[in-house]
This record gives sequence, C-alpha cells and structure tokens, in this order.
Amino acid sequence: MGGYGDVQCIDENGIRLDGRTKDEVRPVSIETGVVPVADGSARIRWGLNDCIAAVYGPMEAHPRKIQRQDRAVLDVRYNMAPFSTTDRIRPGFNRRSREISKVTAEALESVVLTELYPRSKIRVEIEIICAEAGTRCAGITAASVALAHAGIPMTDMVVSVASGKVHDIVVCDLNKEEDNYGEADLPMGILPNTGELVFLQMDGDLSPDQFQEAWDYNMEAAKVIHEEMVRALKGGGE
Amino acid sequence: MKGGSVARLDNMSGDNGADGPRRSRQAPLLVAPGDDLGDSGEYEAGHGVLAINGRLRALKQGRMNNRGGTVSIEPRRTSYVPRPSDLVIGYIEGCTSNIWFVDIGAPFNAILPMSLGPSKAEFGGIRKVLDIGDAILCRVQEVEENHSSVVTMKGMGLRAIRAGTVEEIDPHLLGRLIGRGGNNLRQLKEETECRVVAGDNGRVWLDGDLDGIINARDRLNALLTEAKIEEFGGEV
Repeated sequence: MGGYGDVQCIDENGIRLDGRTKDEVRPVSIETGVVPVADGSARIRWGLNDCIAAVYGPMEAHPRKIQRQDRAVLDVRYNMAPFSTTDRIRPGFNRRSREISKVTAEALESVVLTELYPRSKIRVEIEIICAEAGTRCAGITAASVALAHAGIPMTDMVVSVASGKVHDIVVCDLNKEEDNYGEADLPMGILPNTGELVFLQMDGDLSPDQFQEAWDYNMEAAKVIHEEMVRALKGGGE
Repeated sequence: MKGGSVARLDNMSGDNGADGPRRSRQAPLLVAPGDDLGDSGEYEAGHGVLAINGRLRALKQGRMNNRGGTVSIEPRRTSYVPRPSDLVIGYIEGCTSNIWFVDIGAPFNAILPMSLGPSKAEFGGIRKVLDIGDAILCRVQEVEENHSSVVTMKGMGLRAIRAGTVEEIDPHLLGRLIGRGGNNLRQLKEETECRVVAGDNGRVWLDGDLDGIINARDRLNALLTEAKIEEFGGEV
C-alpha cells in the first residue's frame, strides 16, 4: 500500500483510471495446453497480467523427507520473470515468492484429492510473464485450470480475485495504480460451485461494511472468472 | 453453471443418453471439476465422480457418461495407475547389483528383480543384460498398497525392445486404438504390415520396415486427433 499520494484513481462518477466501474473485473482470457511437454498447463491474461502455470505429475516425491505416507504433496513454485515489471526483479526465490508459493499450495490442497496418490508429488510451476496487479490471484487461478487440464482429481476449482479500497471507496479487481496507491486489498480464493473460501489475505484496514462490500465484489467476480475457466477447459486448446 | 453444454442428469432427455449409451454424433456432455451432476439418490458415482452432500460432483475434466445408472467421466487426460497383470512398456532408469528400476509411466518406478529379468547376470554385469535407457516389454506382477510395483519379464512375448519405435498415447484412449474385439488394432497391423503392441500404460511399440512404422505412426496420430475431436465437439 503506497498511501494516498497525488494519484486520483477514481473520479467523482465512480469511473476508474482504466475506464471500469467500481464493480467491474478486468478482461480475462484463459487458454489451456500452452506447455505441450507438461501434463497440464494454462495461460491466463487478466488485464495486463500474463501468467503461465504448468503441472507435472503425480510423480515420486524427492527428496524422500517430503513424502507423506497417506497423501501427495503439492510442490508449488511461484516466480516472477525478471522482465515482468518495470523494475527488474532479481531472479530466484525471495520472501514474497516463498509466501505466495505456500499460500497457493495450501489453497489448492483443499480441493485436490491428494489422498489418491500417497508418497507422490504434484509439481506446479507458476511463472508471471507480465505483472500488473493481483499476480497471486492470477497464479492461483491459472494453476487451478492447469491441474484440471492435467486430469488431477479435484472437488472444485479455485478462483482467486482481489478487491480493495482506494480513496475510501471499495473497488473490485485492483489495477496497478489502485494496488500501489490504495489503502487496502483483500485477495480471496473461492470455490465457485459451493461459495466456500479456501484462501484469504488482507493488507491494510477495512471497516466491517467495507469488508463485506469487498467480499461481495469478490464473490461476483469469481463467477465471471469461473465461466472463463470452464470455457477454456471445455472448448480450449489441446 | 452458466454457458456451454452443461452436463446435468436433470437436463438430459431420454434421447440424450440419460437412460443408456449416447449416440456418437450428439454433442458431447463436457464437464469441468466441481460441476454439479445432479442428485446422488438415483445414480451411482463411477470413475471421476464423487457424491458430496447428496449431490454428484465431477472430479475431472472430460465427458460424462451414464451407463446402467452409474455416472462416470471419461477424462481428457489421465495418468497411468498400474494394476497386476497389466502388459506395459517400460524404460530402464537405473539399477543396483541385482535390481533394475523401470519407468512404466506411473507416479512411481517399478522394480524388476534379476530373478524376474530376461536372464541371469554375473555379479557386477547387470548392465550387460539390460542397460539404462533400454525399452522392455514386461508385465506388472504385483502392486503394493503404497503404489510401488514389481514387473516381470518371465512370460510369453516379454522381451527387451531392440527394434522399432515406441509411441505414447493417453491410457484411456487405448480402447479406441484396440477397437471392438481388437478390430482396429488388427486393421492397423494388416495395413501397415507392422508389429503393433499396445501396452496398458499407453505406450505402443511399432516394429516393421521404416515406411510401415511411419504409416502406423501417422495413423495412430490421426486416430488420437479424431478421438479428441469426437470427445470434445466438432466434426470428425
């Protein structure tokens, strides 16, 4: 959160810098099968975000100490390409990517039937090619489609979307300026068929009413994104 | 669920396959993980379907089938899970002094003990019999609870593959390759004059002269493309 600053992210008519209303989602498109050598893969373009997820496995878990006798482990690696933002990102794992990898694995573990593959590992690689805002949400959503594309049994897919607060106004699906200069954001991982929540983070402060409003925006946005996920899986590429 | 062809038992007319196998020309009923397939009271959950709180839910992406009151999903992609007596084609991945480790396309490598191998080897000479990278035609002898498996090369026709090529297809498409009563496979063998051995793990050994192998390979790819189009819509 970058504080108020001088940037006016939303005008008096409620129109945002990119022309959206406060409850509108950025354009989303998803395609599957973008990494032919992977067991499953997906690419999501969400506003200016561009993210590829690839799934390999189930395979034998190595090193052996990470094996679980009763279930598979999800080995998630979230990474931002050095050229994905205006400031070059130093290649390799950092605190942020470790944290996002962890929360992504935990969100996905709640839907994947890991108990069907004891002692195995399912490797999920998430690569951010171009970052605008909400890359963790794009990553989780792409990984979810890639897992489904790989034929991994799942009780539902995880849709992740973030709403937040800019100049005391709650807006849906933050863009870069809103993420940088806004006061709060609330990324959520939602199971669209049941409305259950598998992941929630909050950065900044929201009043109970604002929290409810952001929650409602996320739930509505999840339906829109889920439709695109299903379209990609049912009629998508190879 | 909005948009697309939604596979729900209560949306399906009798003609649409709720009471029996669907006609092949009908639009496929595609599902994605989490899709609600209807009430679990009347129907049994088959492959790729789970009953949760009285509702049937799809676990995989694929085509829904309803045969004999059992709802199942023919998945678009599958990984091979070994079962005893499966005929499989594997690659030697490693060895110790008396065991080979074989990649059979499953989550775990299988083991091939020297006692079940093609011949005995002198101490330290195991790689003279089967070396790393060799392809073998073998049979799954045993699968343990923890998914590790043992394969054998003792049996008729089981051998090291020294000629031809090995192609890979999704294991769930094997039925389509083999055809009813083995018709498709027989036709493929006759027309290409190749030896064709389809392993249960989706690996297919093609052996013959070069033109025959290329022809068989093209036909295999055409068959798979056709299968995908048929499963997921479009004209064949």
